[in-house]
Amino acid sequence: MHAVMLVLLLMPLGAALICLRAPLVVARTATAVAGIASFALVLALLPAAAHRDIAYLDVLRVDALSTVFMLATGFLYAAVAVYSIGYLSGGGHGEPSSKRTRQLWAGLNLFAWAMLAAPMTSNLALLWVAIEVTTVISALLVAIENTDGAAEAAWKYVVLASAGLALALLATIFAYYAGAHVLGQSYDLGFTQLIAVAARLPHGAVQLMFVLAVLGFGTKMGLVPVHTWLPDAHSEAPTPVSALLSGSLLAVSFYAILRFYQVTEAALGPAFPRNVLLIFGVASLVLSMLYLFGQRDVKRLLAYSSVEHMGILAIGISFGAPAALAGVLLHVLAHAAAKGNAFMGAGVLVRKLGSKQISAIRGGLDLLPWSGPLFLLAVFALGAMPPFGLFRSEFEIVAGGLRSGNYVAAALLIVAVSAAFFGLSASVTRMLMLPLPRQRTLVVERVPATAGAPPGGLLAAAEPKTDTETAAMAPALTRGEPSAWMVVPVAIGAVALLWLGVHPPAVLDELFSRAVALLGGGAS
Amino acid sequence: MSGIVAATVLASTVAAPSALAGGSNVIAVGVLLAEFGMFRQALLRDQVRLYAAQSALISVLAVVVAATRNLPDLYALAALSFALKTVIVPVVLRRMLRGIGAIGGDPRWNDIAGSHALSVAGAVLIAIAVAAFGFFTVAALGLSSPVLPATALSISAAVVLVSFVLMIVRRDVISQAIGLLSLENGVSLTALVVAAGLPLILEVAFLFDLLVAVVVFGLLIRVHHGRAESMSTAELTSLRG
Repeated sequence: MHAVMLVLLLMPLGAALICLRAPLVVARTATAVAGIASFALVLALLPAAAHRDIAYLDVLRVDALSTVFMLATGFLYAAVAVYSIGYLSGGGHGEPSSKRTRQLWAGLNLFAWAMLAAPMTSNLALLWVAIEVTTVISALLVAIENTDGAAEAAWKYVVLASAGLALALLATIFAYYAGAHVLGQSYDLGFTQLIAVAARLPHGAVQLMFVLAVLGFGTKMGLVPVHTWLPDAHSEAPTPVSALLSGSLLAVSFYAILRFYQVTEAALGPAFPRNVLLIFGVASLVLSMLYLFGQRDVKRLLAYSSVEHMGILAIGISFGAPAALAGVLLHVLAHAAAKGNAFMGAGVLVRKLGSKQISAIRGGLDLLPWSGPLFLLAVFALGAMPPFGLFRSEFEIVAGGLRSGNYVAAALLIVAVSAAFFGLSASVTRMLMLPLPRQRTLVVERVPATAGAPPGGLLAAAEPKTDTETAAMAPALTRGEPSAWMVVPVAIGAVALLWLGVHPPAVLDELFSRAVALLGGGAS
Repeated sequence: MSGIVAATVLASTVAAPSALAGGSNVIAVGVLLAEFGMFRQALLRDQVRLYAAQSALISVLAVVVAATRNLPDLYALAALSFALKTVIVPVVLRRMLRGIGAIGGDPRWNDIAGSHALSVAGAVLIAIAVAAFGFFTVAALGLSSPVLPATALSISAAVVLVSFVLMIVRRDVISQAIGLLSLENGVSLTALVVAAGLPLILEVAFLFDLLVAVVVFGLLIRVHHGRAESMSTAELTSLRG
C-alpha cells in the first residue's frame, strides 16, 4: 500500500513533466494514462483504507475520510483527462495554440496532483500548503484562455482565494499554538496528535482556529458569503478545469475543514463546530438557490449549483447523526460525478452552439444524440432525482437531520433543494428541448434520441411538445457529437451515479462507517 | 466588556515592562504603522518600499526572539524571510512594474493615488476602527504566548484586518497584491508570537509558497495589464449575477 501512495504522488507529477516536453500526442496519452491509473490506484487503496489507517514516511497518511475525497478526485481526474482529448483537439473556435494546449495539459496534471496530495498528508501545515498549491495552479488554468472574462475571473479568484487561505494559515498557526500547550514546542502539527490530546487544548484558541478555518478554507469551498470568486472562475475556465474545480477542488477544501472539525469536536464537543457549519451551510444553500433562477450563463448556473451542494455538505455535518454523516460522504462522491458530468455536458453544448448564454443554446437534444440526454441526466442527478446517487445521499442527510432533531433545518433543506431542482431544470430543459430559432435553421427530419432515459421522459411530458415537431438545425449545426472522447467519460459518470444511487458497493459502506466514526458520528 | 479587556491589557503590559517586551511591542507597532503608511502612498515604488521595510521589521523581530528565547531555528528563518520578502519579492515586483512601464515610464501608471475608493482620511479612519476591533477582540480571547507579550498578538490581528481594508479600498492590481503580501506579513507576525517553535521545514514551505504566489500574481498582473491597458480594477465588472 505504501508503494501505491508513492506512485499516486509521483505519477501526476511525471505526467506534467512529460506534457511540458513531449509532443502533444504523447502529452495527452500520458495525461489519460496518469488519470486512469490514479483512479485505479485509489480503488486499490480502498479495501485497505476501509479497515485500517495507512501511515508512511511521517507525513503521509491515508484513512477512510481521506480515501473518500481521493476517490472523488481520482474519478474526475480520469474522466477529465479523457474528455480533454476531445476538448483540446480544436473544433468549435479554431485550433488552440500548441503552447497553450501543452500548458493546459501540464496544468491539469499538476492540479490533480495537488488535490490528490492534500488528503494524503498527515499534517495540517502540509495540508494548507497543498491547498495553496491548488490555488496558484488553478488560477493560472482559469486565466489560460486569455480573454477579458478569463483575466478578470482569474484576478478575482487569486486575490480572494489567497486572502481566504491567509486566514486558513492563521487557523493552522492557532492549531499549532493550541497543540504546543500540551505537546510542547516541537511537534509537527499532525492532526492525529492534536486529536489525541484534544481534551486538554485551550478552548479560546480552538474556537478561533475553527472559525478561521471555516472562513478561510470555506472561501475555497465556496461557502456564502465568501463564495464570490466561484461563479466567475467556474464560468470562465476551460471546461475540463471547471469540472475539476467544481467536483474536486471544492471537496478538497471541505476535507480540510473536516480535519479542523475533528480536532474542534474532540476539544470542545460537537455543539460549537456544528453551529458554525449550520450557519454557513444554510446561507450557502438559500442564497445560491435564489441565484439558480434567471441565470443567463450555463456555466454560472452550474457554479451556483456547486455553492448549493457545498451548503448541503456543511448542513449535513452540522446534523451530526451517523446517517447524515454517511450521507455527506456519499454526497461528496456523487456530486463529483454529477457536477463533472454536467460541466462536461455543458462544455459539449457550448462547443456545438458557440455560446455560453442559456438563451442562445437551443435544440440540444436534437443536435447531440448522446451528450444531450446525458447532460439532462446529469442535471436531474444534481437535482437529486431518484435513482441517482445524490438522491440517496440527500435522503440520508435529511433522515439524519430528522433523527437528530434538527427539524427546521431539515425542512429548509428539502424546500431549498426542491426549489433548486426547479431552477436548474427550467433552464436546462429550455436549452435541450426548445427548437433552434427559425433564422438559424434548416428543416431536417428529426431522428429520435437514442439514449432515452425514464427521468427525461417524465419531464419531457410536462414540457411543450417540441419533440413531435420537426427539429430545426442550422446548416452548420448538423446532428452529431463533436468528439467521442467527450462522450465516453460522461457516459461512465452516469453509470457511476446510477450505481451509487441504486446499490453502492459494500466496500463503500465499510469505508463510510469508518469515516463516520472519525467524524464523531453517534456522539451527539 | 471592552473596558475590562482594555484594563487587563493595560495591566498586563504595565506589570511586565521588560526590555524585551517593550522592544518587541515597538517592532510590532512599527509593522502596524507600515501597514497604515500604505494607505497614504500614492506611488507604486513607495508602496513596494514600505512593504520591504515592513518585512525587514518582522525579520528583526524574529532575530530578537531567536536570541532571547534560544530558538536557533529562527535565525535561519529570519535570514530566509529577509532574503525573500525584503529583497527578492520587492525586486521581482519592481522589475515587473518597470517591464510594463509603471515605474519611471508612463506617469499614468506611476501614480495610484486615484485608485482609492474612499478618501485617504476616510480609509484610515475605517482602518483604525477595524484595527481597534481586532486588537481588543484577540485580547479578549486570553491567549498567552511563551515567547512574546500578548500585546504583540493583538497588534498582529490588527495588521491582518487593516491589510484587508487596504485591499478593499484600493482599486488597482498592485495595491491589492501588496495588500495580500502584507496580509501574509501580519500572519507571519502572529506566527512569531504564538508559534515561534513551528518546525523550520514548515516555515520554509510557507515561504516557498509565498514565492510561488508572487510569481503567479506577477503573471496575472501582466495578463490584466495586457488586456485592460491599465492597473485599475474598476473595469473588472463584466462578470456578475
